[in-house]
Amino acid sequence: MQNLSLANKLSNFIVNWVFLMLVWIAFTSSFATQELIIGALTTMVISYLSIRLFTCCTILIFSPVKIMYMIWYLIVFLIALINSNMDVARRVLSPSLPINPGIVKFKTKLTTNYSKMVLANSITLTPGTLTVDVVDDTFYIHWIDVKTTNPEEAFTEIAESFEKILLKIF
Amino acid sequence: MSLFEIIGGFFLVLGSIFLFLGGLGIFRMPDVYNRLQAGTKATTLGAMSVIFGVGIIQLENDWTWIVKAMVILIFIAFSNPISSHALARAMYKGKTYPFIKSKDKDMDAYKEFIDNQKMEEK
Repeated sequence: MQNLSLANKLSNFIVNWVFLMLVWIAFTSSFATQELIIGALTTMVISYLSIRLFTCCTILIFSPVKIMYMIWYLIVFLIALINSNMDVARRVLSPSLPINPGIVKFKTKLTTNYSKMVLANSITLTPGTLTVDVVDDTFYIHWIDVKTTNPEEAFTEIAESFEKILLKIF
Repeated sequence: MSLFEIIGGFFLVLGSIFLFLGGLGIFRMPDVYNRLQAGTKATTLGAMSVIFGVGIIQLENDWTWIVKAMVILIFIAFSNPISSHALARAMYKGKTYPFIKSKDKDMDAYKEFIDNQKMEEK
């Protein structure tokens, strides 16, 4: 267990409360007063209990600039997801099965665990790549069509567009 | 037929096409890692598209469906890649090595790491 200062605890608490409250509102889909009061109480208790467990981001995550970058990330990610499905469709439907698989590695500049998780998940859903393992700052990627085994070139090919935005968010 | 039904139906058909292609990919690919690749991407966008389509169709009667569908979409987008990563890692640690066309040693960077780890354990 890491020792958190009071300010950190408070910021974690508020972030968790807002996230959980958003999920509550989405699930109940109503703005009746009694629903909101019960939801606020329940999520307050849960977010108090999970101060040490869920420590993804500080309260700065609600600044407008970061929210803009999150929306931008979502757009980049959705385009990559649709591209990757087209890529799978093209490979599967062509009779010769054009694949040249292999595992490459590269290093990332991200430091926090949560940002590495988001990057790993995004890489899995982008064209032709699958995260096999993350060890400290090294990513091991199974690539369906290996273009280069050089770590730096693989990094620019696979992860650079995501990492640029993630460095601004986290 | 209303406009919502047409748009929702379009998403349903698109999703089922992607799911079919994912299934075909699992059938055609040579080894477990390539199958996971085809399976994960196709099921993520396929399931997302189907659920979103259902939400759009129900928009006519009840707007709350689309909000709940969005929550499900976010959970799918988080959980699907994590499960495929766990499967791939477990397969490699279970000594199922990937299919490599050229038999080039550089093509498998992960083997080096696993070998080093074994040396340290000894």
